[in-house]
Amino acid sequence: MTATGPATASVTAALALGDDALVLSHRLGEWAGHAPALEEEVALANIALDLLGQARVLLSLAGDEDELAYLREERAFRNLQLVEQPNGDFAHTIARQLYFSTYQHLLHAELAAGGGPFAPLAAKAVKEVAYHRDHAEQWTLRLGDGTETSHERMRRAYAALWRYTGEMFQPVEGLDVDWPALESRWLESVTEVLGRATLSVPEGPRTGAWSAGAGRQGIHTEPFGRMLAEMQHLHRSHPGASW
Amino acid sequence: MATAAAQRTARPQADGAAAREPADYQRVFDAAVAADERIEPRDWMPDAYRATLVRQIAQHAHSEIIGMQPEANWITRAPSLRRKAILMAKVQDEAGHGLYLYSAAETLGTGRDELLDKLHSGRQKYSSIFNYPTLTWADVGAIGWLVDGAAITNQVPLCRCSYGPYARAMVRICKEESFHQRQGYELLLALSKGTPEQHAMAQDAVDRWWWPSLMMFGPPDDESQHSAQSMAWKIKRHSNDELRQRFVDICVPQAESLGLTLPDPDLTWNEERGHYDFGPIDWSEFWDVLKGNGPCNEQRLTQRKRAHDEGAWVREAAAAYAAKHTGGAEAAAHETTGAERA
Amino acid sequence: MSTTDWPLWEVFVRSRRGLSHTHAGSLHAPDAELALRNARDLYTRRGEGVSIWVVPAAAITASSPDEKDPFFEPAADKPYRHPTFYEIPEGVKHL
Repeated sequence: MTATGPATASVTAALALGDDALVLSHRLGEWAGHAPALEEEVALANIALDLLGQARVLLSLAGDEDELAYLREERAFRNLQLVEQPNGDFAHTIARQLYFSTYQHLLHAELAAGGGPFAPLAAKAVKEVAYHRDHAEQWTLRLGDGTETSHERMRRAYAALWRYTGEMFQPVEGLDVDWPALESRWLESVTEVLGRATLSVPEGPRTGAWSAGAGRQGIHTEPFGRMLAEMQHLHRSHPGASW
Repeated sequence: MATAAAQRTARPQADGAAAREPADYQRVFDAAVAADERIEPRDWMPDAYRATLVRQIAQHAHSEIIGMQPEANWITRAPSLRRKAILMAKVQDEAGHGLYLYSAAETLGTGRDELLDKLHSGRQKYSSIFNYPTLTWADVGAIGWLVDGAAITNQVPLCRCSYGPYARAMVRICKEESFHQRQGYELLLALSKGTPEQHAMAQDAVDRWWWPSLMMFGPPDDESQHSAQSMAWKIKRHSNDELRQRFVDICVPQAESLGLTLPDPDLTWNEERGHYDFGPIDWSEFWDVLKGNGPCNEQRLTQRKRAHDEGAWVREAAAAYAAKHTGGAEAAAHETTGAERA
Repeated sequence: MSTTDWPLWEVFVRSRRGLSHTHAGSLHAPDAELALRNARDLYTRRGEGVSIWVVPAAAITASSPDEKDPFFEPAADKPYRHPTFYEIPEGVKHL
C-alpha cells in the first residue's frame, strides 16, 4: 500500500481510524495526575498508550504521522465526534470508553477476519481493545450498581453521549464492513452491559440535528478546536524543527 | 501447584522472631543489620527505625505522585507523537512507583489512606524539586536528565537498604527509571542540536534546573538532621555530600556532550581531589521552598487534593459494589484459579 | 473513611511458563476483579508476566491462560519504556 503510493480509499479509512485513536488517546492523556485513584492513573495511561500506538501505525499508512497530527486544520480531521468530547467526570470518560471500545472491538475483529489492508493492524488492536472494553465494562458495573450518586452520574453520562453514537455506523470508504450488522451487535453488547449495571439504554436520537457522520466529514464540536490548539501549538511554533 | 487453601495459611512474612526472648530483640536486630541481612516486616525493629522508614518511604512515594504533575503539564503539548508516547509512559511509571512505595510503607503498618491524608494536610513532605514549574518543553528533558539523574544517584544505594520491602521496591523502580533519564538526555540533545530557538530553550531549562537538582541530595552532611542514624541503620549508605559530588562528577562530561553549559562559573576539575569543585549552593532557597514558599507548592498540593476529593465518589461506589457482590467475587476467584490449574 | 478504603491485595506474578508465581508487591482494589486488572497494569507493564494471582486475606484469584493474549500483549510494543530505545552518543557515561 505504501510502496506505490496509498490508494485513496485506504487513506480515507486510515485517517478515520487513526484520528479516532489519536484524539481519544489525547483526551485520556488529560487525565494524568487527575484520576480518581492512583491505580486508575496507571490503567488510563495504558489505554491511552495503546491508542496512541494504533494512531501512529494508522497515520503512517496515510503519510507522515507528525505532519498529520500537528499540521492539519480542524476540518481535515476525520475522527468521530464521540472521541473528541471532553473528559467530563469519570463517569463520562467511562461511558465514552464503553461506547467507543465496544465499537472498535467489533470493527477490528471484522477487519482482522476480513484479510484486507488493515488486517494485521486490526489483529493486534483487537487484543488491546478487548482490554479497554473490559475496563469500561468493569467500571460501568461498579458505578452503575454502586451508590445512588454513582448510578445517577453514570446514567447521565450515558445519556449525554448517546447522541454521538449513531455516527459510528456511517460507512467509511475503504473499509469492507457490514455496518448494519456491526450496529446491531454493538447495540446488543452495550444493552447487555448497561442492563447488568442496573442502567437502561438511553432514549432519544443517536445522532444530533446536523451531526450524522459529521466527524467523518470534518465537522467537529466546539471543544475540538481548543483541544487541537493545545495539541498543535508547540509543534507549529517551530516550523520544520525536529524533536 | 499449591492449593488455594495452603496458600491462604502461608504467611510469607512470618520470620519467626516469636521464639526469642524479648530481651534479645534488639541484639538480633543489630546483628542482622551488622551482617547486611534484610529486616522483614514481621521482624522486631526499634520504633525509631520503623518511624524513620515510614517517614522516608512516604516522602518518597509522595514525591512520585506529586512529581507526575510538572511533567503531565506537557503531555497534551508534546511536539511529536513519539515524544508524547514516551512522556505518557514516564508519567505512568511515576504513578506506578508511587504505588510500589506506598505498598512498602504499608508493610510497616501505616495504611495508604493515612499517608495520603498526611500529604494532603501538609504533615508529610515530598521532594521540593517538584515545587518548581515546567515552563517550556525543554523542562521535560531537564527533569529527565537532571532530576531523574539525581534521583537515581540517590536511589541506587537504596536498593541495598536494610529494610527488605523498601529495597525490593527500589530495585524495581531503578530498573524502570533507567529509561527516564535517557529519554530526558535524548530530548535535550535533540533540542541542543536543533534550531537556535530550541538550543536556547534547552540551555534555559538546564540553567533553571541545575541548582535545584543539586539541592535534591539534601542539606550538607553537618546540617543533616537524620543522616547519621540512618547510615547506622543502613537505610542510607552514603552521605548527602558524597552523593552530590558523585552526581556533579557524572553530569559535567554529559553536559559537554550535550553542548550545554552548567550554570556554575566555579565548576572546575580538581586534580588533587579527583573530583569537580563546584560553587556554593544557596541553601536559603532550599529551606524557603521546603517551608512552602516555592513557586508551585500551593498549586501542586491543591491539584493533588482536588483529584483525591473529586475521585471520592468513584472509590465509594466501587467499595459499595464490592460489598453488594462479595459472594460472587469470591466464587469467581476460586473458579479462575481452578481453570488455570487444569 | 473505613467503608471506602479499598482493601489491600498481594500480587503474585508468574514471569514465564516454567517458573512459579513470585510475589511482586501489593495494591489496593475494591474487589478481586479490579485487583487483577490493576495488578496487570501495575506489575506487568513491561511484559513481566504471563499470569497473575491476587490474594486478599482469604482468597486467591488468578488470571487464566486463556486471558493471556489480550491481557499481556499490549506491553510488548512499547520499546520506549526500555533504556536501550534511546540513542546516546558514544562516550557518554552513567546514563
